[in-house]
Amino acid sequence: MSDVAVRPSTPLLANAWIKAGLIIAGIAAAALVGARLDPTGTVHKVLVDPFVQMADMPDLFVQTIWEGLVSGVLYALIALGFVLIFKASGVFNFAQGIMVVFAALTLVGLYEKGVPAFLAVILTLGVMFVLAFTIERVVLRPLVNQPDIILFMATFGITYFLIGFGESLFGGNPKQMITEQLWLPRGALEFEVLGGRLMLQKIDIAAAVIASLMIAALALFFQYTRIGRALRAVADSHKAALSVGISLNQIWVIVWFAAGNVALITGIMWGARSDVSFALEIVALKALPVLILGGFTSIPGAIVGGLIIGIGEKLGEFYWGPLIGGGIESWLAYFIALGFLLFRPQGLFGDKIIERI
Amino acid sequence: MSAAMDTIREAAAASVPKPQARHGEVLLAVENVSLRFGGVKAINDVSFDIRKGEVRAIIGPNGAGKTSMLNCINGFYHPQEGRIAYRGVTRARMRPHQAAAAGIARTFQNVALFKGMSTLDNIMTGRTLKMKRGFFWQALRFGPAMTEEIAHRKVVEDIIDFLQIQHIRKLPVGKLPYGLQKRVELGRALAMEPELLLLDEPMAGMNLEEKEDMCRFILDVNQQFGTTIALIEHDMGVVMDLSDRVVVLEYGRKIADGTPDEVKRDQKVIDAYLGVAH
Repeated sequence: MSDVAVRPSTPLLANAWIKAGLIIAGIAAAALVGARLDPTGTVHKVLVDPFVQMADMPDLFVQTIWEGLVSGVLYALIALGFVLIFKASGVFNFAQGIMVVFAALTLVGLYEKGVPAFLAVILTLGVMFVLAFTIERVVLRPLVNQPDIILFMATFGITYFLIGFGESLFGGNPKQMITEQLWLPRGALEFEVLGGRLMLQKIDIAAAVIASLMIAALALFFQYTRIGRALRAVADSHKAALSVGISLNQIWVIVWFAAGNVALITGIMWGARSDVSFALEIVALKALPVLILGGFTSIPGAIVGGLIIGIGEKLGEFYWGPLIGGGIESWLAYFIALGFLLFRPQGLFGDKIIERI
Repeated sequence: MSAAMDTIREAAAASVPKPQARHGEVLLAVENVSLRFGGVKAINDVSFDIRKGEVRAIIGPNGAGKTSMLNCINGFYHPQEGRIAYRGVTRARMRPHQAAAAGIARTFQNVALFKGMSTLDNIMTGRTLKMKRGFFWQALRFGPAMTEEIAHRKVVEDIIDFLQIQHIRKLPVGKLPYGLQKRVELGRALAMEPELLLLDEPMAGMNLEEKEDMCRFILDVNQQFGTTIALIEHDMGVVMDLSDRVVVLEYGRKIADGTPDEVKRDQKVIDAYLGVAH
């Protein structure tokens, strides 16, 4: 009758959030029904029991979340190193993980040779700069305009070179991170929370604070300075950046150096929680699912992705792990990433790739 | 074109002594340049020059090598044969950022902007080479770096006023309509305060009104700032109106070179555009 009546309504299901909400509500309903029908069966154990445990012991739940948060921050840092380089040069830098180890080893190695701790930090930054400069000159520049896969393979080369080089310089034995010398706190804080005990390692708190500060500093630098603007420009369009006189070579050195700085901070923080050894490199691979989750080109994505993966795998390990005998933590992240690849391949914050045909 | 176009032409004729501009010294000389991609000859033994203060058009049918020519001039491509002398200096392999530093700015056929950044930031990138403060001050964003940023911001605001795009200063350029994107791209090139401005089809895909605006901006840039302009354009009306001299390419070879009137009457040009019975 009136014009208003004929206005077509947008289909509710087109909204992805509504769709996701419906799916979750459906699963929850199925869980409740299943649990009612069979209070001791698998459905109950998988879908109801863990949540009952969380509600029964909230202090343990909070503790688990905190543990996840801390490893999430460190995953996010590693992922951040990947994103920096991927954005500016389109190179997926497989060597980011080993750069973390290499930076940490250099720091500890220098200290063991008698260099004062803070001077060692500055020298390590110098080493990371030399590394960035060398990689640009020896690897990236000769390979410019080659297919992505070739550059990717070149970063494999860098990885294995750094492993061998690091081992011959500093030996293959695990080393102790120099936490006290860098004035990083030790010990733990305990709180009475929700009728239980919550224990926070001081080093974890320091890690979270330092990581946040660094991410904020990087974000400000990117947003408000000429070089930051040039970095974003290069990430958007190489040819336009070249045409306004931005030197790609210089930008590449800067991003690799920035990634090297991130690697050093990550190395110190992670090294302080365990020890400094080449095993860290495996941990660095966790950045992959983080990136798939957050999107390869997004810094907020790296952060949120890191936190989701960190918290997700700790919760999974603690509440669902016992059901299948533990060890979930090592593969759950990849499993989550696989799900994301199926439904949202560009990640949470990544650029959607639309190609004209 | 339209009445607006006519007034522009009259204004141009009145305000600038064109013949004098035409006899300016040679700014850029292209000598016997050939460019090959594998077996394909994109440019074949082409020579021409661009004189200070003129508007030089490069025209030709599709695939004639016009864009390749611009790419050679600003260092994206390196011709296998011949030489390109800018201000009398020949460089063996000019790199794009060296070209930019020497005062050559350009726009692209299919707009190449930094899509995630605002109009303001896009144009600010054009100031990259003018900003001298080092990494350290930059990182602190304090003291000299701050003063510098403000000074350059002023220049950029002037350019934004000049191009009448104040209303889109803070918008990400990826979301702007095509005509405005082209204008922002021109703004970015202008922010470099170039001596030679290369425009690759500045009016492609625009409607009549947008074309008239763009024509006016190009003429203003040429006359107010004395910027030398080399442009590629398919709209013959625009080419004839704007340019002092025209070079015509076909299949990578130069087939004509002269004033718009001379070129218009050239039999080879007519054949190239209309086809010829063999």
